[in-house]
Amino acid sequence: MTNKYDAIVIGAGHNGLTNAAYLAKAGLKVLVLEKNEYIGGAAVSRELHDGWLYSNCSYVCTLLRQSIHRDLNLSRHGLMIIPIEGNTAFGPDGQYFAEYPDPAMTYREIKRHSPRDASAMFRYEADLTRFAKLIRFFLLRTPPDPTSFKPRDIKELIYMGTKFMEMGEENIYEFMRFLTMSAGDFLDEYFESDLLKASLATASIIGTALGVYSPGTAYVLLHHVMGDVDGSLGTWGLARGGMGAISNAIAGSLKEFGGDIQTCAEVDELLVRDNTTYGVRLAGGEEVYADIVVSNLDPKRTFTRIVNKNDISPELRKKAENFKIRGSSGKLNIALTGKPSFPSFPDDNLLQKGSFMFVDSLESMERAYDDWKHKRWSRTPFVEMTQSSCFDPTLAAPGNYFVSCFIQYCPADVEGGWTEAKRAEFADSVINRISHYSPNFKDLIAHVEVRTPYEIENEVGLTEGNIFQGELTLDQLMFNRPFPGFAQYRGPIKGMYMCGSGTHPGGGVSSACGANSAREILIDLKRNKIDGQDVVPKEHEDA
Amino acid sequence: MTTTKHANLSASEMATRIIEPPYKVDRPKLKLAHEIDHVQFGLLKTPFYQRAKTFSWTESWGNWNGYANALSFKDPYVEYFSTRNTCGVYDVSAMCKYRIRGKDAEAMLNRMVTRDVSKQGVGKVAYNVWCNDRGRVIDDGTLFRFAEDDFRLYCAEPNLDWLMLSSAGYQDLEIFEESDDIAGLALQGPTSCALLRAMGLGEVENLKPMELNFFPFPIKNPVKNPTNNSAKNSAKKPTGEIMISRTGFTGDLGYELWVKPELALTLWDELFDVGQLYGLMPFGEEALNMARIEAGFILPEVEFHGALHSVKRDYDHSPFELSLDWMVNFNKPHYNGRQALLEEKEKGPKYRLLKLDIEGQKVAEGSIMYSDKACRNEIGYVTSALLSPATKANIAMALIKGDAVDGPLYAEIYYQTELRWHRKVSKGTIRTKPFWSPDRARATPPGNC
Repeated sequence: MTNKYDAIVIGAGHNGLTNAAYLAKAGLKVLVLEKNEYIGGAAVSRELHDGWLYSNCSYVCTLLRQSIHRDLNLSRHGLMIIPIEGNTAFGPDGQYFAEYPDPAMTYREIKRHSPRDASAMFRYEADLTRFAKLIRFFLLRTPPDPTSFKPRDIKELIYMGTKFMEMGEENIYEFMRFLTMSAGDFLDEYFESDLLKASLATASIIGTALGVYSPGTAYVLLHHVMGDVDGSLGTWGLARGGMGAISNAIAGSLKEFGGDIQTCAEVDELLVRDNTTYGVRLAGGEEVYADIVVSNLDPKRTFTRIVNKNDISPELRKKAENFKIRGSSGKLNIALTGKPSFPSFPDDNLLQKGSFMFVDSLESMERAYDDWKHKRWSRTPFVEMTQSSCFDPTLAAPGNYFVSCFIQYCPADVEGGWTEAKRAEFADSVINRISHYSPNFKDLIAHVEVRTPYEIENEVGLTEGNIFQGELTLDQLMFNRPFPGFAQYRGPIKGMYMCGSGTHPGGGVSSACGANSAREILIDLKRNKIDGQDVVPKEHEDA
Repeated sequence: MTTTKHANLSASEMATRIIEPPYKVDRPKLKLAHEIDHVQFGLLKTPFYQRAKTFSWTESWGNWNGYANALSFKDPYVEYFSTRNTCGVYDVSAMCKYRIRGKDAEAMLNRMVTRDVSKQGVGKVAYNVWCNDRGRVIDDGTLFRFAEDDFRLYCAEPNLDWLMLSSAGYQDLEIFEESDDIAGLALQGPTSCALLRAMGLGEVENLKPMELNFFPFPIKNPVKNPTNNSAKNSAKKPTGEIMISRTGFTGDLGYELWVKPELALTLWDELFDVGQLYGLMPFGEEALNMARIEAGFILPEVEFHGALHSVKRDYDHSPFELSLDWMVNFNKPHYNGRQALLEEKEKGPKYRLLKLDIEGQKVAEGSIMYSDKACRNEIGYVTSALLSPATKANIAMALIKGDAVDGPLYAEIYYQTELRWHRKVSKGTIRTKPFWSPDRARATPPGNC
């Protein structure tokens, strides 16, 4: 095997693979290095129990850009995104709020809790959609540097300004206010039903070490509703075959364009000479050379573990150390040997087959956050349980179920450190919470995979197990992501780039970070621009 | 339970190894399915559905606020003629209805809508629109005044949220939804008054347009000891009563009949018992749409996009843009959008909704409008179009840019002939009066047919 490439990408997560695929498509000789024996990073499908395929890290998908799907021929490489429907949020006593595919039914459902809220939902959706559409313009664009006088930055700033102005004066005010608000306060301006608000607020804290009443969480909420499945804004989908199908499809595309992937190849250090990178050294001591090295690792890991401290300024090192990437969520992936019953629903109700959120109320969510602050997992965690196998027949045999539980909050570090026993206690607290609503749940369990932030960090490589590679707060968004001055995917060292979710536009299985980064690299190489990527594809203008 | 990573535990092992959670969490007892008021799946049925479905050959139902709403029954064209030749009924039960009452009701409504509510007498109905602060129309509807301090607002879509927002600061007021508490039938057409009289509702002929009154009901077997016969007070005790308003959406003579849902089938039966002699038939949404276009009535989410639903800037509309100038009252003090509307009046609206007569016989549905026959300069679009059966006009309602309304207007029409698509450019002529507005719609008492 050769050890000289045009470009090396560190980390075979979906963004790393996307980046590599675009580079390979442009004719570069590319190698992706992955520390694990499997690829995918946090978008993986693994058979962790005989007969059950675990989509065990990220578990749903809404932000994957259709233009990238098309560009990289992902359908031909086996990818199919399917919409999921029937989402139920449970209050403590089994009373629930469900979202139905039919808007008229959802209207009636909200009316059951509050006639006023049912009608306010139209106003809420329009306001949120207005903001979501604005942000969507910027997903596939490199953030401008507001301090730069380069024509490109000025042009981009003008574009941004134009899109802002198109919203109209009062909506600009509203948007500025929105960006700094808490989800709780934002929702209070529309709704009175606590269960409805709690259900909507879940999106504002996922992957974020903040509470529903912490300023800045309104934006996180937006980040979760601005995606779409086939143009249906706010809809979530599953990748058939688990989230690993996304990584595998991109890897397939990469290979088709002539790229290589090497697993069990942990990168130890970025090789730098004269402030210019020339490759990487692997944990085993082997060196691989390339003039371009792209890190798909989170910014903290990149600049504190891979990049030698002597190659960057102490200022940047400090920024990396201070980067907010706190772990706040855990996961339980569960193989079930039968259908969990939910006696609060009538038999055969379509909601039985959907996904569930156990939320209680905004207050209990805020209290759950209090536990996190004290380095405890939440006593009443927000649990989102997706019965993935109800939508995707490839995950479990007929009659068997695979369910994915996302749990918030779960700290990266508990008092005295994570131990086997504590992890088991954490798992019990979640299973007990589910069992309150589904009495037969425990009896059906064939196998449980428990992932606290500790496991997510050590297995996937995300610092503190933060699913977004860095929190989505205003100080870490757009031209501040990951750090001011480094938001255009270029590192401080010549030839070094970043392409992970720690860069703009942030977390989620979007592939946008990887594609945006590839575009910047190709601009530097004066290669052909990525097809259709330099301008926002037309459908985003209207989607 | 010691749930280890990737552990392989059997169900029984799991059960025996469950340990107490670290914190005691008290949870209320779980409600079971029968203790929860689940929503009904699928389309809801209005109180008239049982009867209406027996007339439905096409079995064609739309969704109006979650209710099954007949698009047609047999033939929309024939159904349409019931509103112009005999009479027909259209089920309006799915409308949203809100009660606003209390000492502050008039002041609150007056701050919300563009017309002067203080000028609306008791027993009168008024068509209204309400705007946001930018003077953009949120929705339209009809306001019924039962007493000095008692109103009901009828509108096609949910508005409770806006009513509550609009009541900010008012104390002596209650606002609540009555949508499911009232069933309604629009009885429209030249024989409608005669039919009601034949049913025993003789006093109906004295109702002027946009007036309402209450009558004992059912007529054949009147409720014993009716609780209250006074029309004005009886609104609060509508059992055993029918409210009739001389209103409708067809532009012809017509009434709207409102009863408690439990009296709905009786109303239907009494109408159809007598109605055979008056050409009565039910008509669906398609027929209604033909009639309302002829009458020049605008439809929410067709002619205008509600301001609260609008995502794109200026994709909503002002009352001036909808050519509802007559409804904007600047002689009353502050109301939602007043300032913005004043400014707009100065500058002139960006769009105008025009009634057009299009040359030729090709319907301009969905057409883009141009100021030149070559279709180079785009100036607007058609919102509704119809080849009018009653007047033989080729009608279009179109939103045209304000600075283009005085110039030539051309519609680019795409039409299909035996599946093959063709294109045609037709000139439009502005019409200021409704295409259909017969004298009988205004006469009191109206004639028999």
